[in-house]
Amino acid sequence: MTSLPLTANINEDRQAVDLAAYEKNQGYEAVRKALKEMSPVDCLQAVKDSGLRGRGGAGFPTGMKWSFVPMENVSEGHKYLVCNADEMEPGTFKDRLLMECDPHQLIEGMILSAWTIQADIAYIFIRHEYHLAAKLLQQAIDDCKAKGYLGKDILGTGFNLEMYVHTSAGRYICGEETALLNSLEGKRANPRAKPPFPQISGLWGRPTIVNNVETLCNITHIIRHGADWFKSLGLGADSGTKLFGVSGRVKNPGCWELPMGTPIRELIEGKAGGMEDGYKLRGFLPGGASTDFLTEEHLDLAMDYDVIGKAGSRLGTGTMIILDDKTCPVGMVKNLVEFFAQESCGFCTPCRDGLPWSAQVLGDLESGKGIKADLVTLEDQVRFIGAIGNTHCALAPGAMEPLSSAMKYFADDFQRHVDGKACPYCDSENGGV
Amino acid sequence: MNSKAQNSNQAEPVLTAAELAEIDKEISHAPYRAAVAIDALKIVQKHHRWVSDESLNALADYLGMSSAELDGIATFYNLIYRKPVGEKVISLCDSVTCWIKGYNRLQKHISERLGVELGETTDDGQYTFLPAPCLGACDRAPVMMLEDEQHNNLDEKKLDKILILRTQKNGGIKE
Ligand SMILES: Cc1cc2nc3c(=O)[nH]c(=O)nc-3n(C[C@H](O)[C@H](O)[C@H](O)COP(=O)(O)O)c2cc1C
Ligand code: SF4
Ligand code: FES
Repeated sequence: MTSLPLTANINEDRQAVDLAAYEKNQGYEAVRKALKEMSPVDCLQAVKDSGLRGRGGAGFPTGMKWSFVPMENVSEGHKYLVCNADEMEPGTFKDRLLMECDPHQLIEGMILSAWTIQADIAYIFIRHEYHLAAKLLQQAIDDCKAKGYLGKDILGTGFNLEMYVHTSAGRYICGEETALLNSLEGKRANPRAKPPFPQISGLWGRPTIVNNVETLCNITHIIRHGADWFKSLGLGADSGTKLFGVSGRVKNPGCWELPMGTPIRELIEGKAGGMEDGYKLRGFLPGGASTDFLTEEHLDLAMDYDVIGKAGSRLGTGTMIILDDKTCPVGMVKNLVEFFAQESCGFCTPCRDGLPWSAQVLGDLESGKGIKADLVTLEDQVRFIGAIGNTHCALAPGAMEPLSSAMKYFADDFQRHVDGKACPYCDSENGGV
Repeated sequence: MNSKAQNSNQAEPVLTAAELAEIDKEISHAPYRAAVAIDALKIVQKHHRWVSDESLNALADYLGMSSAELDGIATFYNLIYRKPVGEKVISLCDSVTCWIKGYNRLQKHISERLGVELGETTDDGQYTFLPAPCLGACDRAPVMMLEDEQHNNLDEKKLDKILILRTQKNGGIKE
């Protein structure tokens, strides 16, 4: 049995695996097994026992999330399963790999998940730019329908499931699960108030589960090989494997499947080959643009949700962005905050007005117009915008994570911008404005 | 003329049969017509490259919603164009990893070559140059999309090749 299940079908050449090839490698055996031999209750138990935590960024236990879906005495109407394939978090490129190379793994995971919560309609909400993935997924769905894995009376079991690919019109906030539901309903993607939670009242007011692509891909293997096997894959407290990535000035940027709990060093220095010649590591965002910086001293930490959490950051999406010694940390944070300011849905004031203000202050620092009081302003903004509960969703607090940690780890750099009335990196490519 | 009436009494209907067929397919699995607003806007844009006021009004009518409501949706999303765009849209990623790997330089280079700033369309209507948020290919940064084609690991040389290739039929790029 493979110890790297998510990428078992994926070759160097990144050619997509079609239905015939997928079936050769035990493909859709888990669907046969589950729909014929396992009840939804059995499946839910397996997912709970597996310890799988959501791979969309927050790490919420998947089994627990699903357990809130009403299963008995459900009022008449549909239940929905939604795959979150929006992947717009800067620095993140893992779901793309799974969809472009092994689309059937995701579809099989979705059929199993839909069976578990007894959903009869499934959507894949995919960002517009992933043309190839959307095409391959549509092909995979069509092939599955022809084979009887999707549609009415799947494999003669009486279970019905329709699956649709919905391509987004582009907005980062669509990745937030309740905003995603509004967008699927054809509306502006403003996040919804919770409660009610989507499990109770989601898409069109019906019970709905939203999961990340990678989370759903894992379901295939949990049902195929069992919860104990899945748990044994992780090296530490967390179960399973995960796709981890590195981008920035490393020798070999890319995305690899590794056991949960693998030390960060093995990813950055091993897989990614360490820093490019002439560059030194100064810090890194461990899981996408909305996670706090970590530094060299954290390289031996295990890539587990709670370990990274205790170190003051988040594992997030597991795709790391490297800050090198020739790139201005203030400039990097400015780029990040500008992204969040641009993508704010505009619903609440701290986010809509606060983020552009932060970006402007950072811009002043970069262009040499910064004054001492600006640093205090930034600290205030971190406190006000960054506090959970001051805004309607997690976009704004997420935006403050790289800023607040950069001010902690790279305080000198911020100070030098003020004292020297210029960006000290301005001779290099990524300094100044 | 009342723009809403256009669809029914003009020789050339605002929404073509092909567009309506695609929109109807979406409606067939939606609980109500307005639910397909975003899909429908994308379908119209696929056919016309942007969404004009005429299209928007006709579409709002067809989906049973007000034009203001539909415009509120259209303008919310980055990839619905409410102004005409060129034959090819260049979307250059301006997010963090691409920025680290030379976004500023490449942005200037494209602007110089095409004679346009971000957000503008070339005089000959060939290119519209837009910034894009992270394109999910950060391991191959810097990255851009030319329409649906993705171009990775960009540098000036590669850019020149791509742009020249595309402009040959119009006699080359601006120097
Ligand atoms: C601003 C924002 C953007 C998000 N973007 C994504 C995304 O692109 N993809 C994703 O899977 N989750 C994203 N999430 C997390 C989702 O809200 C949700 O937690 C996730 O899809 C749940 O899936 P999981 O339990 O399988 O991790 C985002 C959250 C926020 C607050
Ligand atoms: S925090 Fe920002 S993105 Fe989230 S609801 Fe408020 S304005 Fe919208
Ligand atoms: S930052 Fe440019 S592709 Fe991700």
